[in-house]
Amino acid sequence: MSEMNSAAVLAVRNMSMNFGGLRALSDVDLEVRAGEVVALIGPNGAGKTTFFNCITGIYTPTEGEILATARDGKTHRINGMRTNLVCELGMARTFQNIRLFPSMTALENVMIGRHCRTKEGIFGAIVRGPGTRREEQHVVDTSYHLLQKVGLEQVADEYASNLPYGAQRRLEIARALATEPFLLLLDEPAAGMNPQETLELKEMVIQIRHEFAVSVLLIEHDMKMVMSLSDRIYVMEYGRVISTGTPAEISADPQVIRAYLGEETDA
Amino acid sequence: MEYFLQLFFSGLSKGSVYALIALGYTMVYGIIELINFAHGEIYMIGAFTGLIVAGLLTALGWPALAILAIAVVVAMVYSGAYGYTVEKIAYKPLRNAPRLAPLISAIGMSIFLQNYVMLAQTPDFLPFPRLIPDLAFMQKYNSFLGTSDLLIIVTSIVVMAALNFFIKFTRMGKAMRATAQNRKMAMLVGVNVDQVISATFIIGSSLAAVGGVLIASHMGQINFYIGFIAGLKAFTAAVLGGIGSIPGAMLGGLVLGWTESFATGYVSSDYEDVFAFLLLVLILIFRPAGLLGKQRAQKV
Amino acid sequence: MASQQLAKNFKQSVVAALWLSFLTMPLMVIRVDTVEKTITWRWMHLLWMLVGSFVLALVWYFLMDRRDRGGANDGNLNTEAAPSRFSIWLNNPRVARPLMAFGLLFAVAFPFLFSMYQTNILISALIYVVLGLGLNITVGLAGLLDLGYVAFYAVGAYAYALLNYHFHLGFWAVLPLGGILGAFFGILLGFPVLRLRGDYLAIVTLGFGEIVRLVLQNWDAFSFGPSGISNIARPGFFGVTYSVSQATTYIYYIMLAFVLLTIFVTARLKDSRIGRAWLALREDEIACQAMGIDNTKAKLLAFAMGATFAGFMGVVFAAKTTFINPASFTFMESAMILAIVVLGGMGSIPGVILGAFLLMLMPEYMRAFSQYRMLLFGATMIVVMVFRPQGLIKARRKIYKVNTKPAGQA
Repeated sequence: MSEMNSAAVLAVRNMSMNFGGLRALSDVDLEVRAGEVVALIGPNGAGKTTFFNCITGIYTPTEGEILATARDGKTHRINGMRTNLVCELGMARTFQNIRLFPSMTALENVMIGRHCRTKEGIFGAIVRGPGTRREEQHVVDTSYHLLQKVGLEQVADEYASNLPYGAQRRLEIARALATEPFLLLLDEPAAGMNPQETLELKEMVIQIRHEFAVSVLLIEHDMKMVMSLSDRIYVMEYGRVISTGTPAEISADPQVIRAYLGEETDA
Repeated sequence: MEYFLQLFFSGLSKGSVYALIALGYTMVYGIIELINFAHGEIYMIGAFTGLIVAGLLTALGWPALAILAIAVVVAMVYSGAYGYTVEKIAYKPLRNAPRLAPLISAIGMSIFLQNYVMLAQTPDFLPFPRLIPDLAFMQKYNSFLGTSDLLIIVTSIVVMAALNFFIKFTRMGKAMRATAQNRKMAMLVGVNVDQVISATFIIGSSLAAVGGVLIASHMGQINFYIGFIAGLKAFTAAVLGGIGSIPGAMLGGLVLGWTESFATGYVSSDYEDVFAFLLLVLILIFRPAGLLGKQRAQKV
Repeated sequence: MASQQLAKNFKQSVVAALWLSFLTMPLMVIRVDTVEKTITWRWMHLLWMLVGSFVLALVWYFLMDRRDRGGANDGNLNTEAAPSRFSIWLNNPRVARPLMAFGLLFAVAFPFLFSMYQTNILISALIYVVLGLGLNITVGLAGLLDLGYVAFYAVGAYAYALLNYHFHLGFWAVLPLGGILGAFFGILLGFPVLRLRGDYLAIVTLGFGEIVRLVLQNWDAFSFGPSGISNIARPGFFGVTYSVSQATTYIYYIMLAFVLLTIFVTARLKDSRIGRAWLALREDEIACQAMGIDNTKAKLLAFAMGATFAGFMGVVFAAKTTFINPASFTFMESAMILAIVVLGGMGSIPGVILGAFLLMLMPEYMRAFSQYRMLLFGATMIVVMVFRPQGLIKARRKIYKVNTKPAGQA
């Protein structure tokens, strides 16, 4: 697409991850450029979520480099950086098996995302002076605005655990957006959604990318969504990247077809 | 040298009892990931049941060793029944609740059982008869190894060997190992998980009762509070060895017994319990997986 | 349908009563004295057990049926059908405001209306209100099950007792120090347990509490051992000397002010940026950190804040009783405070206040019950967890007012 030549916001080089003797990721190279939507696909157990966990600081990769370029233009090596600092830097994620804060309201869930962009301390909280009140109101308003963006403003005061599945997935995206990321990491955002919801999700991701000027890296199994949404695709199998390219290139790659459909005996 | 041997063997006998109680913690944790806070109280109830049996049979004039054997068996049955009931009341209804809920319920159960025994019996220390006679052939070792220490060590070894056999070779033992590895999967392949959990509680509780009766007879007195400290120490032993691991509990018990024995023998006897707690805090901080436990990666 | 259910429950309860009677038979009925070689049989107890456990079993099965039909308490605390009529009534400002005003007026007039004895009891209850609210920060909001909370209480009490003994420092001089020392010990405990999961954290805090108590008990040179410290000065009032009953009234008002302050502070914290971070920490540690919250900081802050209140209360406790020893700071004390928080409702400020009054005043005014106090506490913790994990008064989340025209964009 048009952003092909813009700078990389995330560059992963030769990253490997070992668990004891098990090699979950092996020499993975991956790049996301500013404004791109990149998809990471592959069969179950290929190491996609492990990859996410490595770049968000939940695991520290055994080898390799992870370089992230924040909005201020500075590039940081983020191997093993604490998860909250990765988020503060501007990489926010969602989870494959939804991890909302169940007994907080939808609005509060989003407000949590604002935490690292605000600074009210313990004394501010107790005294609640004008500065604190202004900041709080701003947090509430921006969070509500984000709920509107994902179409959840009607249920702002509902407990997150009471929302339907699809709404929970969108709430996770709103919460991630609240941290003002430059890169949004979505782990199977369409899992468990019906075709109509998936379509709406796709529209939403496209809109979010433009409005918030974020890059998106997503793991997804829904091929229709991946093919129509992504600028580029990485295919993983057994912890390695086996193919990369535009959707058209990927769908024509025999190696990918083999990974997905299994070895054909008479090929 | 004699002093060293004395400490060594008293540590060994203390450690074997810790190990017996620790097995209950570790088995339960392995299967439902719960610290069964009330386990120490089950041990205490075992000791009390033993006392009552001993009192009744002494009045009938039975020989000491026979009384001991019967007291141990009855205490095992009763403690097992208590363990079973505790699980049904306080833990089973909370199996899908958030993690803190069963833990708080367990603390409540521990407090409840302590006070139940205190009210039903007495808040004071009760003398426990010496059921372990001094055997003649032990005379020449008496300076460092008493008969009761020997009996405790031997009994513990026999009981643990039996447990190992049970876990390895019986149908229920296999079901337990399967459930500990993956409860959902075990259920899918037809293991009756409720039954397995009940069995785990019963076995763990009866093992604690063996320790309860033996140590009570060794110390010569019991009260309703003995379970709390013993339970904490046994838990320390379980964690030290690696919670969830059965050989770990045995090893942990011994290490803790020796640590206490040597520390009180060579350093200071005032702080006996402090050593144990300190050890617990240090292990949890520096090696939470314990000596034989496996570090589990967190699922995200 | 209903009668069928009843018959089933009846049968189950008979079985349960028989089983529990069998279980409790030896301990309840037989008492042996192996020195005097006497055996006491108390068969009446068996009868009580049979009847008592049958009734309790009926209630238990009835509640269990209701719970299972509602399906509400099975992990998800938020699917309550509708707030009870009582809580709607209580939340109505036209009811709540006069009620609170009346409560406050009553509290202020209390020492003049009742005896010194009653006032003393109320002081104790108020101390537990503050302790409960403090522990509520650590356990209720941040979800860190602290079983050694009483250690911070002991730190405050011993700080005052020792400083008063050695340096004749007064109550008001030590009070802030008690809070600071509490916070310091909170952080001291917080650091090592940061990486621990919930249940391990509980055990380590318990161990820490016991270590503090054992050290106080054995380190005679420092703490005067089990015999404790007596003749601790009561709070001073501009050098005026006063009688014991006046001192009681004075401490009562100090405590009343403290309770109000604590309510104010904890309420503000709960609905602040930090309070929300604590809740997020309680709900999902991984997601919390992934959303940019520094878990380490949030945990240490929760420990320190909770411990601060315990430190303050320790000073007040020492000044009130004028005598302290390690026996006042056992694990049972921690368990009692935890029971207050659990019964009242974890995270709920009015709940914890109610819990403290219920659990502290009931045994005082029902003397017959006082020996069953801890038994009931234990039972309460189980029953609340099984049937009403949200406690007596469920913590409610604040509903925020939104300026419909967003001031700016994210």
